[in-house]
Amino acid sequence: MAVTTYHAEHGTLLERFFERNRGPLLVSPALAVLFIMNIFPLLWSFGLSFYRYRANRVKEPEFVWFKNYQKVLTDPVVWERFQTTAIVVTVDVLLQLVVGFLLALLFEKTFPGRRVLLMLVLTPMMLSFVAVGAFFRYYYEPTFGLLSQAVKAVTGEPFILLGSEVGALAGIIFADVWMWSPFVMLLVLAGLVSVPKHLYEAAEIDRASWWRRFWTITFPYIRGLLLLAILFRTIEAFKLFDIVFLITEGGPGTSTETIAVYVYRVAFQYFKTSQSAALGYILLFVVIVLTNLYLFFVRRRDVEEQ
Amino acid sequence: MARKRREIGKAGWRRTAVSTVISFIYFFPVLWIILTAFKSHTDALSTPPKFIFTPTLENFASVFARAYERGGAAVDTHFDLFFFNSIFIAGASVGVALVIGTVAAYGFSRWPLRGNETYLFIILTTRMLPPIIVIIPIFIMFRLSGLSGSYVGIILLYAAFNLPFTIWMMKSFFDEIPREVEDAARMDGSSEMKIFFRICLPQVKAGIAATAVFGLILTWNEFLFALLLTGRDTRTVPVAMAQTIGGDIGVRWGLLAAIETLFLIPVVIVTFLLQNQLLRGVTFGTIKR
Repeated sequence: MAVTTYHAEHGTLLERFFERNRGPLLVSPALAVLFIMNIFPLLWSFGLSFYRYRANRVKEPEFVWFKNYQKVLTDPVVWERFQTTAIVVTVDVLLQLVVGFLLALLFEKTFPGRRVLLMLVLTPMMLSFVAVGAFFRYYYEPTFGLLSQAVKAVTGEPFILLGSEVGALAGIIFADVWMWSPFVMLLVLAGLVSVPKHLYEAAEIDRASWWRRFWTITFPYIRGLLLLAILFRTIEAFKLFDIVFLITEGGPGTSTETIAVYVYRVAFQYFKTSQSAALGYILLFVVIVLTNLYLFFVRRRDVEEQ
Repeated sequence: MARKRREIGKAGWRRTAVSTVISFIYFFPVLWIILTAFKSHTDALSTPPKFIFTPTLENFASVFARAYERGGAAVDTHFDLFFFNSIFIAGASVGVALVIGTVAAYGFSRWPLRGNETYLFIILTTRMLPPIIVIIPIFIMFRLSGLSGSYVGIILLYAAFNLPFTIWMMKSFFDEIPREVEDAARMDGSSEMKIFFRICLPQVKAGIAATAVFGLILTWNEFLFALLLTGRDTRTVPVAMAQTIGGDIGVRWGLLAAIETLFLIPVVIVTFLLQNQLLRGVTFGTIKR
């Protein structure tokens, strides 16, 4: 706890002021910047969501109560986009868990060259979405793309992955899974390291099977981190924008248009500014709930560890 | 029968062999781009793909200046400016965020406010929220204030974008250092300034470095804000890259690969240096180990 120092009781008025308000003074510059660049725009958006307003018209905004929300929530197109997003999030996060977990098992033990190889696997998640999007656009390219050429070599038919709805979704999910499985791996590895070694030794003596050892010893130690990985990746996958924008631009048709891409279109192509604000707030609500859950489990884990 | 007990936690060269194969398959998409960057135009488009070829630097040269038509004069592509912009904007905004954020993190860690946790939650939420929500008002704000397309605007915005990350990250480092030394110094009558600069900061030096590097990568990679809020003179590499894909490039994949390679190499190097801080970095300091 803070130790009150000499200046709090004595010293000039100014010194005493600094002394008593140290916490608020230290954090206020940061809060000010965040207020101007984040909170204020958020409030503005919130206000905007109750008006009828288009950013590309001179017409005065008109107050319409909940009409934007009503419009957005009853729009079948929006629900379609939510469905697409739900599919992407579910498949994406599940695959990331599986791949990340398998990678973690590979790197669980120390072996010569582990550090360098680990770096190769960890690189994708540090790359820019734009770069990753461009990679895969190249690999999926119908004539020269590696994937298309590989499939053509086997089947003899030209292969256009992004031409079909399922293919385009798969293409996007594959790119995102490739990029973010290392994230899951990192969390699982952290969990695996925390398992006390003597438990394994005991299991070894009991000659417990790998499967049994996994469920009774390993899993309880990585459960918490797996949950955090799921939540974190769900939040991020829910916002998936750049990769879709770069690889398919939402197509073919609108089959890969995730909700984030859709909001972007509503805001900057259709210029239905206030409707996009209302939709944005629905997204924000989802993210707040998920972030709250995430922090709840982070705290619980911190408490357990002490 | 004496069963040789397998050493737990250690695997031998066999694991190295398996891991090498899998790691290289995993890294292949990056590797192939780097290889493509060194291919001539015909090699890059050959079917079947060429694994062995004579490397050339022509793609790297035409990143910065290229002829748009056969036989035409080479035209400056301004990519040198875009790289400068990316470096300058990332550096400046991370610098601002680091100064303000470290001080705030110290405050949150050592002098908790009433409702400290709530503030921290709101700060994290501003980082987690879909950027599209704030971008409309920011877009309007920037247009009204003339900040749109200026360095000051995008640097301020990125500083704010980096702040939540910096605060959470630095708080996690401050929380880790023991308080006894500070308290002892306080008893001895050291000023608070001295305690912060001479005792606390030196102990989180490694943390500051990691936070700075992560911030640089995050900013370096950012696309959406840059797409909407930078102008022709302040455009960053990701935006220029995306426009190249959609625009004048056609099927010049070698050229695109060269841009990507130049863009990725700093990140790959830095990832190696950061390996031990990676977990904390990608989870904004919420998970330390």
